Amino acid sequence: MTQTDLIVSVSPHIRQTVTTEAIMWTVVASLMPPLILSVHIFGFQTLIITLVSVAACVATEAISQRLLGRPIRIRDGSAVITGLLLAYVIPPGAPFWMPITGAIMSIFVTKILMGGLGFNIFNPALIGRAFLVATYPVAMTTAWLIPIRDAAIFTHMGRNVDAISAATPLYVLKHEGMAALIDKFGPLKTIYRDFFIGLQPGCIGETSALLILMGGIYLIYKHYITWHIPVSVIASIALLTWIFGGDALFTGNPVLAILSGGVMLGAFFMATDYVTSPIQKNGKLIFGFGIGALTVLIRLKGGYPEGICYAILLMNPLTPTLDQWLKPKRFSEGAK
Amino acid sequence: MVIKKKYPTFPKGGVHPTAFKDYTANLPVENLPHPHRVCLFLKQHVGAACRVSIPKRKDREPDEALLLGRNPGRIYQKLVTKKDRVRAGDMIGTQDRGLGATLHASICGFVQGVADGLHPMMGKSPAIVITHDPEETPAQYTREDWYSLPRQTLLDRIRLAGIVGLGGAGFPAHAKLDVSPEITLDTLILNGAECEPYLTCDHRIMVENAHEVVEGAKIILRILGIQDCFIGIEANKPEAIESLQKVIDDQSDKNRFRISIKSLAVKYPQGSADQIIQSVTGRVRPSGKRSSSIGVMVQNVYTAKTIYDAVVLNKPFYERVITVSGKGIARPANILVPIGAHLSDIVTWLGGATPDLAKIVVGGPMMGYAVSSLDVPITKTTSGILFLTHDEINTEAHGPCIRCGFCLDACPMGLEPNQVGIWVEAGRGAETAPFGLMDDCFECGSCAFVCPAKRPLVQFIRLARIQIREAEKKKEKQK
Repeated sequence: MTQTDLIVSVSPHIRQTVTTEAIMWTVVASLMPPLILSVHIFGFQTLIITLVSVAACVATEAISQRLLGRPIRIRDGSAVITGLLLAYVIPPGAPFWMPITGAIMSIFVTKILMGGLGFNIFNPALIGRAFLVATYPVAMTTAWLIPIRDAAIFTHMGRNVDAISAATPLYVLKHEGMAALIDKFGPLKTIYRDFFIGLQPGCIGETSALLILMGGIYLIYKHYITWHIPVSVIASIALLTWIFGGDALFTGNPVLAILSGGVMLGAFFMATDYVTSPIQKNGKLIFGFGIGALTVLIRLKGGYPEGICYAILLMNPLTPTLDQWLKPKRFSEGAK
Repeated sequence: MVIKKKYPTFPKGGVHPTAFKDYTANLPVENLPHPHRVCLFLKQHVGAACRVSIPKRKDREPDEALLLGRNPGRIYQKLVTKKDRVRAGDMIGTQDRGLGATLHASICGFVQGVADGLHPMMGKSPAIVITHDPEETPAQYTREDWYSLPRQTLLDRIRLAGIVGLGGAGFPAHAKLDVSPEITLDTLILNGAECEPYLTCDHRIMVENAHEVVEGAKIILRILGIQDCFIGIEANKPEAIESLQKVIDDQSDKNRFRISIKSLAVKYPQGSADQIIQSVTGRVRPSGKRSSSIGVMVQNVYTAKTIYDAVVLNKPFYERVITVSGKGIARPANILVPIGAHLSDIVTWLGGATPDLAKIVVGGPMMGYAVSSLDVPITKTTSGILFLTHDEINTEAHGPCIRCGFCLDACPMGLEPNQVGIWVEAGRGAETAPFGLMDDCFECGSCAFVCPAKRPLVQFIRLARIQIREAEKKKEKQK
């Protein structure tokens, strides 16, 4: 036996098998069902947009890490998640090249310049989206497609977006009211069912509460995320919409509020981003409630029909403060 | 459906590493043939290193060898000198003032002098080297009834036997047991959790020496002047629980001592003092205070067994059972070795290491020390040697902290290992004192075990401790 090749390191010498890569790629996998649905109901261009977005994010990460002389860490999958999430918050009728500028903003400015994985203050994908809304406002707010239950690939492919664009339910609700919504999307019962499954105009990956819920619950089951942020976001949006969302107090429609727009995607996949959300459980609850409150405020009083993107971005910088305030309970604090 | 029985445990943190105890749990303890050379460190315990000489004083007869009832004629100014012939159990190092423990020859042979040995934790450390004399006469020990002995004699025997806490830290047992009269204790906890994966030496002691463990517990109870003892054992050791329960049921003095077994949930670090106190009694030690402040003393089950040997048999602590395990050793075993035996002797006896051996760990896989050489001797606190192959250890390079918070959930003390790591990497380890690592962290490794980025958090914490101490020294100098 040779003694020269023995490894020496500080304890512990055994490690759990879960790795950063495993977590990231599991998140990627749990984000797949909404993509499949979007191809089914909006057509192949959603897949192209998503692929462009992911490729742009990974390329931006690799190039910027190379240029800054840092180790290239694209294999950890975090850029892939950003790419997916960025594509998921883009309307399906948008031009396919649009995510590229968003990706540069997301990865280079928001993440790499802040210090790379683990050090960014804002959610990269949402900064990318906010940037796209500012630079391509028309495409980002009007390029909606009507979901087609089958053969969307053939119906939507290659057609002029303007000809088939539709308004999102939140837009209709905000500017035309409940009657118009029922007029356009059918009776409430049908709306609930369709929206839950994902048959509604909206961004590529945000239409289906069911599929996002499945992915989110899988992540909770794997202990990769906890229930605190999704539940507090969804509960506070439902509660506040119910109280303030109607013509009189306590007449708003909480179910519609959480099934439409980006609430589900935001609550399960955006707000739970490890890096930009508080690490403590009580901090997570405060963070989630803040997102919910800001979302409802923007939806009801602001200029945009949807507000969760900005709500998360506004709560992100509070994360370090919440972590500073809320410390874990020390062992000895349990002493009687 | 199997309904899982809920065992008591500590509520905060903890991890569940795979136990890997099957390699050795059912192997009876075997004896290592005496090695040709042993190397006994002068410091194998908390406190001052042993002295190799007794100051010759007219006013006081050095009574230590006499008290042990062995070799009454062999009292030197120096306990031993070069070329002295010693027998196993002869005292070769003493503790005369302050905290410390005595040291005994572990084999019969000739003293070669004091030399630096490779200590598994402290680098090089002075040690007495003894070479084996094949014409050895095995030591004979006779049983003695301890009931009639006064408390001070019990303590003296423990002190002169050189017993230290075998849970890992190595605090001299007599000093721990000699509690000052102001402190009132009510409960003794014998720690048989053995929560470290792979290790089974305490398990074997509980199975094979249940009587000695229980008697040892009674001696401790007698010294402390209390009656209640709980033996805390993780529920994955039914054999140990059964054999101890049998001894407890057969006792004749049930009224004098109330000893009972507590099966505890299998969760690391169940065997840590704070955690086992909370699991067994529900009490929590306040930060910066000793466990005696909440009326509890914790002793390892193996310590209780050695106390029995010292008191009843008058046998000093010079050999111990260790677990040799892992996929990297040809034949895993529980083995009785003289203290000071080298890893190389043990490896040779067990048929050598396998070709894919990657790491040798002295102690358990969670808190043990990796060594770079087989020329390392066993110390009093060595509980096992692990020969680990590449697929048992993790050598992945660590990445940046992704703030997943797994380490916060795993930390049994409620600390923030993630923060310490980030601050140390930023070169500001001296400012990490507010995270509580100086008082509360006992380096159990739970944080690093769960970290998905494979960050060496224990290493960061040790660095931070060094930097905090250095900063404090600097401050004092400036004053």
